[in-house]
Amino acid sequence: MKFDTPAGINPIDRMAVVGKPHDRVDGARKVTGTAPYAYERHDVVPDALYGFILGAAIAKGRITGIDTAHAQAMPGVRAIVTYQNAGKLTLGSKNTAKLLAGPEVEHYHQAVALVVADSFEKARAAAAAIHVDYGRAAGHFDLAAAAKSAKSDGGEDEDGSKSPPIDRIGDFAGAFAAAPVTLDATYTTPDEAHAMMEPFATTAAWTGDALTVWTANQMIAWTREDLATTLGLPKDKVRVDSPFVGGGFGGKLFLRADAVLAALGAKATGRPVKIAMQRPLMFNNSTHRPATIQRIRLGADRSGKLTAIAHECTSGNLPGGSPETATDQTKLLYAAPNRLTAQHLAVLDLPEGNAMRAPGEASGLMALEIAMDEMAEKLGMDPVEFRIINDTQVDPEKPERPFSQRQLIKCLRDGAATFGWSARDARPGRRRDGDHLIGLGVASAFRNNINFKSAARVRLGRDGVVTVETDMTDIGTGSYTIIAQTAAEMMGVGIDRVVVRLGDSDFPVSAGSGGQWGANSSTSGVYAACVKLREAVAARLGFNAPDPDFIDGHVRSGNRSVALADAAKDGDLVAEDTMSWSGLSRKYQQSTFGAHFVEVAVDAYTGEIRVRRMLAVCAAGRILNPKTARSQVIGAMTMGVGGALMEELVVDKRFGFFVNHDLAGYEVPVHADIPHQEVVFLDEADDKVSPMKAKGVGELGLCGVGAAIANAVYNATGVRIRDYPLTLDKHLDWLPTV
Amino acid sequence: MRAFTYERATSAAGAAAAVAHHAGAKFLGGGTNLLDLMKLEIETPTHLVDIQDLKLDQIEATHDGGLRIGAFVSNTTLSANPRVRRDYAVLTRAIQAGASGQLRNKATTAGNLLQRTRCPYFYDTNQPCNKRTPGSGCAAIGGYSRQLAVIGTSDTCIATYPGDMAVALRALDATVETVDATGATRVIPIADFHRLPGATPEIDTVLNHGELITAVTLPKPVGGAHIYRKVRDRASYAFALVSVAAVVQPDGSGRVAFGGVAPKPWRSAAADAAIPHGAAAVVEQAFAGARPTHDNSFKLTLAKRTLAAAMAQVRTA
Repeated sequence: MKFDTPAGINPIDRMAVVGKPHDRVDGARKVTGTAPYAYERHDVVPDALYGFILGAAIAKGRITGIDTAHAQAMPGVRAIVTYQNAGKLTLGSKNTAKLLAGPEVEHYHQAVALVVADSFEKARAAAAAIHVDYGRAAGHFDLAAAAKSAKSDGGEDEDGSKSPPIDRIGDFAGAFAAAPVTLDATYTTPDEAHAMMEPFATTAAWTGDALTVWTANQMIAWTREDLATTLGLPKDKVRVDSPFVGGGFGGKLFLRADAVLAALGAKATGRPVKIAMQRPLMFNNSTHRPATIQRIRLGADRSGKLTAIAHECTSGNLPGGSPETATDQTKLLYAAPNRLTAQHLAVLDLPEGNAMRAPGEASGLMALEIAMDEMAEKLGMDPVEFRIINDTQVDPEKPERPFSQRQLIKCLRDGAATFGWSARDARPGRRRDGDHLIGLGVASAFRNNINFKSAARVRLGRDGVVTVETDMTDIGTGSYTIIAQTAAEMMGVGIDRVVVRLGDSDFPVSAGSGGQWGANSSTSGVYAACVKLREAVAARLGFNAPDPDFIDGHVRSGNRSVALADAAKDGDLVAEDTMSWSGLSRKYQQSTFGAHFVEVAVDAYTGEIRVRRMLAVCAAGRILNPKTARSQVIGAMTMGVGGALMEELVVDKRFGFFVNHDLAGYEVPVHADIPHQEVVFLDEADDKVSPMKAKGVGELGLCGVGAAIANAVYNATGVRIRDYPLTLDKHLDWLPTV
Repeated sequence: MRAFTYERATSAAGAAAAVAHHAGAKFLGGGTNLLDLMKLEIETPTHLVDIQDLKLDQIEATHDGGLRIGAFVSNTTLSANPRVRRDYAVLTRAIQAGASGQLRNKATTAGNLLQRTRCPYFYDTNQPCNKRTPGSGCAAIGGYSRQLAVIGTSDTCIATYPGDMAVALRALDATVETVDATGATRVIPIADFHRLPGATPEIDTVLNHGELITAVTLPKPVGGAHIYRKVRDRASYAFALVSVAAVVQPDGSGRVAFGGVAPKPWRSAAADAAIPHGAAAVVEQAFAGARPTHDNSFKLTLAKRTLAAAMAQVRTA
């Protein structure tokens, strides 16, 4: 099915199942420990051997020798895989650095060896007994220093085409010079880790020349393809199965070392091998959100109308890597006739930078939305009103393109009313509660909507049960549940009559999980398959009417009503289809919007910053399941607290690695950091995006949170911090004397 | 983790002897730190002597009105003890500011005193670290040192002692009781228990090999207001950037120990004497001769402000 004209009325609009806050259909399995995760596939692969990965001890250079003799002789050791015996490995299309080092080392903790042994403990002990000699080479590890030599690089558009490195509209320089009120400020965001609960994990087994990996991955088709490429196998000899994933946040978009090395270990031993990457490797042997240096210049007239916007971002990556597209939202969020956005990419020899939840916008809004707060203050305007008067209903770069739906103003207004924004004193540092300085902050939220081709297979059994199969993944997001709701709605059955099977590369190829495209894209694929199944059912039951109703387990038209299950009494009915998109995203800019409001308390003595309450108002099209959507948003808000206040991969600029590479050193919020969170979804249905009329929320919920916190901290203290994370040492010297 | 042998001791002197006669042996208490370090091969004992059967899990009154805390008393039990809560509240508050409920259930009094530094370079066996591998160098000097010590350091090591409990014990003038393989006992003032790194940062304490901690003793209660204030980047489950254990008397005199700033809980007589003159005077005395790094010089300001917060808390209490 092709989606190329706005959706009309369709069976989803009944919203008997879709749009309801159903509990997760997979929830019971998760809380009873019966959901099979990648490292625990005893159900299908008994007696797997254990793999343990040895990471490189240097950031850049060469392996000059590997002595495995002692390790090989240790008890229980079955195989040791290194570049010397792994055979030819080809770099996958979505990997920047090799997943097994040798002889060159491209980044710290790049895998150097895999030990396979009878137990985890034996494998770990043997890995420690491998002696590797390195020749260390000089590298570039300091973004600020490398920024001087950074090259312009626009990165990729959603469709994979190259974006222009510098985007110019009107005459930015002239308008900025002429503006009576201006801001020119630089903001920095640090490298961040996904730090998902489940590490990279794979169980691998060979049957003859065919490989199966039970793994933790967001994008089954990408990973199948890259695993086949890496190992030099035909794609049809590789099966990837990932029914449950313990968090990804973009870290599991790609093939990683666990899957490749488990496959090589299984090949070397003739036995299934399983690997869960040890936590201390999860920060350097992984991708991460790259650090940015962002310069923002804003010019406005005295009424507060922006006349000039410039946003330039510099990030770094390994050779061949891509930039952090932190200027994306600036092209679309606010009106102004004169605009400049530019991205620069420096070469750094740190681990690969790549997508992490809301890549681009998350980092970009952390800067842009502080700049808007600073500008509002310069103008003497309320920051909510300042944003509202600079709203645009069209793509500012291409005014002929309207937004498909844009309710940013309503998000801001409703949020201000709900949160009690009028209690904010515009003069910073004026509100106290005992020993605490209290501040309120706001930021706009923005994240583009992306649609990806997505297929599904739907089967009606003779028992009336509808089974959905697609390689879509559920990384904790609720995919199982919204897909079940979609199929139930389409086929007119209760959600308990739907079985959903996900994450297997034997199933039709879906959009996968990433970029908050998963919910809308994958349910649209299920919609398409269900439309076909409905046609098959109607034909089988002899309905001549063009479009009978499917309600309450029956198919109805006029006075005729037949049980749905009757259509399959002579054999299952199966339908498969792919939803694809064309045209509408060029004609209409499709984005999601929101507003974040935050109250913080800053300890006037110690400078400790604690968030007291948070509100997100989201406009993201139809909300398929308010309960799982809310979970997505409060999880994103929590991640935003981490990004604002504590998360930073600290670079050792001498040795070139992330120093705090465990969960003691890389701090993420704990329960005590997270206060009352409220989420409001505007009642929307966007007919330009899909028949589901839905967009994503999982990344929107993060976009802007950091800046809202930073603005609240400024409102509390009067000290502006422009470098994340906002740790107490950055404002301590300027706080009131005690 | 290296292969090791294991035994469960049946007497304190026997445990001491078992370790003393085995060059690579260590005592095992709750294991919350040692076992983690063994998995990373930062600690590589060849033999473990488990002390859980030694009945060192009692808290009892001493004849002079103090408390004797068995080495194996868990952090949870100690912090919840009614006499500790009443007479040594700074200790309860310090313990409860540390780790998590699960860890405090397992961690022991003696083990907590022996907790090793959390310096990230100590934890990464690819990096030079004089505390982990004597003579290999110190990657923290000139590296990421935001969490590390500002005073008491040396040119070989700038690691902090990471714990909370010992900071309160320092303010309370606790003593550490030990026994050795011959059955001989000694009493070590907490002030002398942890060492400064000097040229031998690998040696954290004054304990001899095979010397077993049997108890920690608190002198009779000193009264006053008991404050433990721990400052960190997140609200729980993080090591202190700076912590302050203070006991302040109604006449304004008192005692104060700092955590998160030095290789040991940090207290000085001159700083105590300055308490009536305010936080700035105390910190000036306590941190005279400090050698902070660029990353952690804020700890001096933070120590002053945190102590000021603690003293304000006393005034309003």
